[in-house]
Amino acid sequence: MHDINDSFDINLDEVSKVEGAASLEIKVRNRKIEDLKFYISEWKRFYTQAIQGKPVVAAPQLVARICGTCSNAHLLCSIKAIENAFGIIPSPQTMLLRKLLYYGLIIRDHGLHLYIFSMPDLFGKNSILDFDENIPAEKELLEETFSVKEVGNLLSIVVGGRSVHAPMPTIGGFLKLPKLDDLKNLVPKLNEIRPKILKLIKIFAEAPLNLKTSAKLNFSSLVSPDFSFLEGKLKNSIGETMLTNELSSYLETVIIPYSHARGFKLQGNLMMVGALARLNLAKDNLHSKTKLDSAKYLSFFPSTDLFHNNLAQAIEMLHSVDSSIDLIQSLSIINDEKPQKLIPKKSVGVGTIEAPRGTLFHKYEIDEHGTIKKAEIIVPTGQNHVLMERGIFEQTKKLLLEKADKEKIIFEAERLIRAFDPCMSCASHFLKVKWK
Amino acid sequence: MNKLRVGWFSFSCCEDSTIIFTELLNNHYLEWKKKLEFVHAKVLKRSPDIIPDMDIAFVEGAITSDSQEKKLRNIREKAKIIVAIGACAVIGSPSNQRNFFNEKQSEEIKSILENFKYKDKVFKVSDIVKVDEVVPGCPMNEEIFLRIVNKYLNQ
Repeated sequence: MHDINDSFDINLDEVSKVEGAASLEIKVRNRKIEDLKFYISEWKRFYTQAIQGKPVVAAPQLVARICGTCSNAHLLCSIKAIENAFGIIPSPQTMLLRKLLYYGLIIRDHGLHLYIFSMPDLFGKNSILDFDENIPAEKELLEETFSVKEVGNLLSIVVGGRSVHAPMPTIGGFLKLPKLDDLKNLVPKLNEIRPKILKLIKIFAEAPLNLKTSAKLNFSSLVSPDFSFLEGKLKNSIGETMLTNELSSYLETVIIPYSHARGFKLQGNLMMVGALARLNLAKDNLHSKTKLDSAKYLSFFPSTDLFHNNLAQAIEMLHSVDSSIDLIQSLSIINDEKPQKLIPKKSVGVGTIEAPRGTLFHKYEIDEHGTIKKAEIIVPTGQNHVLMERGIFEQTKKLLLEKADKEKIIFEAERLIRAFDPCMSCASHFLKVKWK
Repeated sequence: MNKLRVGWFSFSCCEDSTIIFTELLNNHYLEWKKKLEFVHAKVLKRSPDIIPDMDIAFVEGAITSDSQEKKLRNIREKAKIIVAIGACAVIGSPSNQRNFFNEKQSEEIKSILENFKYKDKVFKVSDIVKVDEVVPGCPMNEEIFLRIVNKYLNQ
């Protein structure tokens, strides 16, 4: 007799607790995978077309709308591309404030992923809101979830004017500068969430999850001396260093016909970007206090365990807190700097930064009037797509051997997808661009 | 007191209002846990395949495909109140930017629209179904959102 658990179809229309829409289809016959498709089901909004013909000054706020989650990453990456095109060098104060804005994003965005998306699984709950405020341990986790996120949110609001689509950062500086007192008032709040993040690190370090792919994996990220996400050189785990403007030629595009987004490989290998890649390539550059207090868990890196991405994110939250405290304490005055003047010229500009989920690349071709003629954008989730599908395949194969049923396979697949913290809102807007 | 049954749905957009909503939870979760039951909210939980009956459905994003239109009509049938959330749901922009593409831009995206069966145009929510309340803004205006939530919580 055939067991119903031997042959079944999984059609998961919308993966839950992720950013945007992703779908998964698995066809199992006689406990073997006949077909497996993981794809981005987000409908395109065609940003790389829409930006054509727009003046460069309008570009950063337009492309911020690619993604509500990491809007400030697109904003700063776009600003960087345009500044590079016109040879504008941001002042030290501008860079400091951009870093603060960005650390706020890392605390808020990694916090959303770890507390709201991933943590409920570890406690056998469907949702963070299912934690019971009448049980002390659960009440504490609820309080920590929302107080940690709130401080990241506040940091972005104080520096950028809003945590999503921040209106103040602009090409060459800030339209309106934050008040020194408002920044100083954040230091006690940042200190308050520090022990909560240490607890979060422990939770994810001890999570009983692991998956290593059998295929070789190449990690890639920008590496900067202060682990600031906004600067640095591209490195990968084969030991190569690239100029940041070479990303589009360094990656191989993989067309995934059933997906609304393209995938990428790196020299024929599966590749991964994001927190795990950054810690694998540059953990020594983390803040000294972060290194001291997470030493026990930092020894896990370099790691090829895909679930360690969550632990890496938690450690990056601590680094963002420690670095923010230092930067704010180093400020004694905020100089009344106006944004630098922009003198349009025909040029090509590339901006590359580390978005929360990995390397983000914006490239614009600009004419002599300062109008964008052509744009290419490469987002992290595209770079992780091929590996995500491969990871789900290997995990499902293993679970089928262990006689897991359909529900268990779906649950574990969702959990693995979530570990990557994919952002489908970002992933689906771009078409392959032919450069001359 | 019966909890208000609410759903949160995202169509074509950047989901910035979803983020604002999750940040509003920072200061409102205790109250909302007591008064709201999230019966369908993909950002917060694994949600049922069949859309349940709701008191309020918050709908973010614009409509760009037939499958989205069908789902939105289904939400309308199940929800007593529909609140359109954020600029894309309320006025269609910026997710409807392909509606305004020139010939060259339209040509570049044509094969994708055909292959994946997009609608000819992108629509705001009220083009498809009746909308009861709107929260404009990109991202949504937090004060207006809270005013609407409180209005129904206090009814």
